[in-house]
Amino acid sequence: MNGATAAAVPASRSRAREAWIGYRTIVMREFGRIVRIWGQTIVPPAVTATLYFVIFGELIGRRIGEMGGYSYVQYIAPGLIMMSVITNSYGNVVSSFFGARFGKHVEEMLVSPLPNWLIVAGYVSGGVVRGLLVGAVVTAVALFFTHLHVHHAFLIVAAVLLTSIVFSLGGFINAVFAKNFDHISWFPTFILTPLTYLGGVFYSIALLPGWAENLSHLNPILYMVNGFRYGFLGVSDVDVGFAFAIMIGFAVTLYAAAVLLMHRGIGIRE
Amino acid sequence: MYALSIRNLTKTYRNGVQALKGIDLDVQEGDFFALLGPNGAGKTTTIGIVTSLVNKTGGAVSVFGHDLDTDLEAAKSCIGIVPQEINFNQFETPETIVVNQAGFYGIPRAVARERAEKYLKQLQLWDKRKAMSRTLSGGMKRRLMIARALVHEPRLLILDEPTAGVDIEIRRTMWEFLRGINAQGVTIILTTHYLEEAENLCRHVAIIDQGRITEHDRMSTVLRKLQTETFVLNLREAVAQAPSLPGYAVTLVDDHTLEVEVGKDRSLNDIFVRLAAQGVDVVSMRNKVNRLEELFMRLVAKDGAGAGGSTGAAAAAAGSAGGARAHGGGAR
Repeated sequence: MNGATAAAVPASRSRAREAWIGYRTIVMREFGRIVRIWGQTIVPPAVTATLYFVIFGELIGRRIGEMGGYSYVQYIAPGLIMMSVITNSYGNVVSSFFGARFGKHVEEMLVSPLPNWLIVAGYVSGGVVRGLLVGAVVTAVALFFTHLHVHHAFLIVAAVLLTSIVFSLGGFINAVFAKNFDHISWFPTFILTPLTYLGGVFYSIALLPGWAENLSHLNPILYMVNGFRYGFLGVSDVDVGFAFAIMIGFAVTLYAAAVLLMHRGIGIRE
Repeated sequence: MYALSIRNLTKTYRNGVQALKGIDLDVQEGDFFALLGPNGAGKTTTIGIVTSLVNKTGGAVSVFGHDLDTDLEAAKSCIGIVPQEINFNQFETPETIVVNQAGFYGIPRAVARERAEKYLKQLQLWDKRKAMSRTLSGGMKRRLMIARALVHEPRLLILDEPTAGVDIEIRRTMWEFLRGINAQGVTIILTTHYLEEAENLCRHVAIIDQGRITEHDRMSTVLRKLQTETFVLNLREAVAQAPSLPGYAVTLVDDHTLEVEVGKDRSLNDIFVRLAAQGVDVVSMRNKVNRLEELFMRLVAKDGAGAGGSTGAAAAAAGSAGGARAHGGGAR
């Protein structure tokens, strides 16, 4: 090994170490924010999930009977967990990154040597942390109401991670384009919530008329909910392999888009 | 090696405003450099481009030899920035803000905590380290931004109006602190509307107006270009009209105060002799505004007239003159 190469190796290790410290700083800052405002981040999803399980699972669910070979409350439990993961991953990143833009403290990162891909990764990891924390809380709530069968643990973890990443990235991109606080609530209210409710959280799409069933296949959330449900129950309305391909495809595409937006400085640089 | 080198830098905003029209600027390593100009002249745009907060339209910028286009991360590592506007998370504590900023530069947590303590103590913020930042006073917030900018120990510190809205006592404390940092080898670029501040602190100066550099030289050289200075003379006895001083522009401000414009080629002794001959006794004298301010106003007014009138620039200069007067600038 010549001198130049020997010098280059420690330099690249040093850069990797600096990048790791920078990434960890963003994630810890996001974690600190989640914990600091736990009354806004952790408690509301637990309350909402409890109400869903009481009303849909217990009161209405008993009259519905079985779905996909499981009791109704067992059938909707994975969907409700996934719904909370989607909402909270998205909400965490969109509010945190838009808040950083609005308060201008995003500049703390922009003037530093942190590369754009790492800033995106840091915020997305923050969204995943909140998504998983809330998912764990809702799972705990679910266990008060029903037994959760585990068909394939790896698929459960993979589905929840990929979905959380996809919606954290969605929240990041929304925050980049948002010009005011209305803009960060518009997409969740008018797009995300309808797609989630129509994404097979509460029902199997096999119950729908043919045209509605076909239309549901255009909804990406259907694949995420069913991939996750398959991990628990071993039943799915869609091909599980295709569902994971969709999740991976969205994650890669949205990550590339987010990094490109940062690189071009859309919404963050004049 | 230059700490900062700018070549033919241009910036046109999306709304068509041409903020920079091809500026060249060199700042030597270890310098204390003033970048001056009226509001809207292009100072903050220039700083924004150097710190990567604004995308340039054309030209080249390098920081300690690291080109912003090809070696951005290395260039950013060399810079600490204290912006004009408060830009930290006001729901975090000063200690968290400074430690996190170190983290963004890849500094390990233990080192970051040591440095945070060092700079928060030096800037008299250590007692407030656990306070919510939004509860800090305006002066404390500005000092917090200086601590944050220094935590990665940059070689180039850029301060964009760091003393705006800060009382004179804290401002003078900050000057001493910045002199100390500069003495340790940190290159400092300062923009300010308090021209007394620039004259006291800086060795080199550039004046930017309407997107162009109009002066770029040593402070002493630039000040020598001032052809006339205006002095305010306080008289012992009241006078009914301005004494006769042929060759000087004299204004009677009130019955005890005269303003006299003195050209570089004239002597103050000459004025005193003539006034004494008329029985006028001068008890004290001061500059009307500080010398850099007087030059600045003349340059900006001249450029504005040349460009078909720059009311905004002249108004801004006049505004800054008022600011300096209000804070006692220019006493000799």
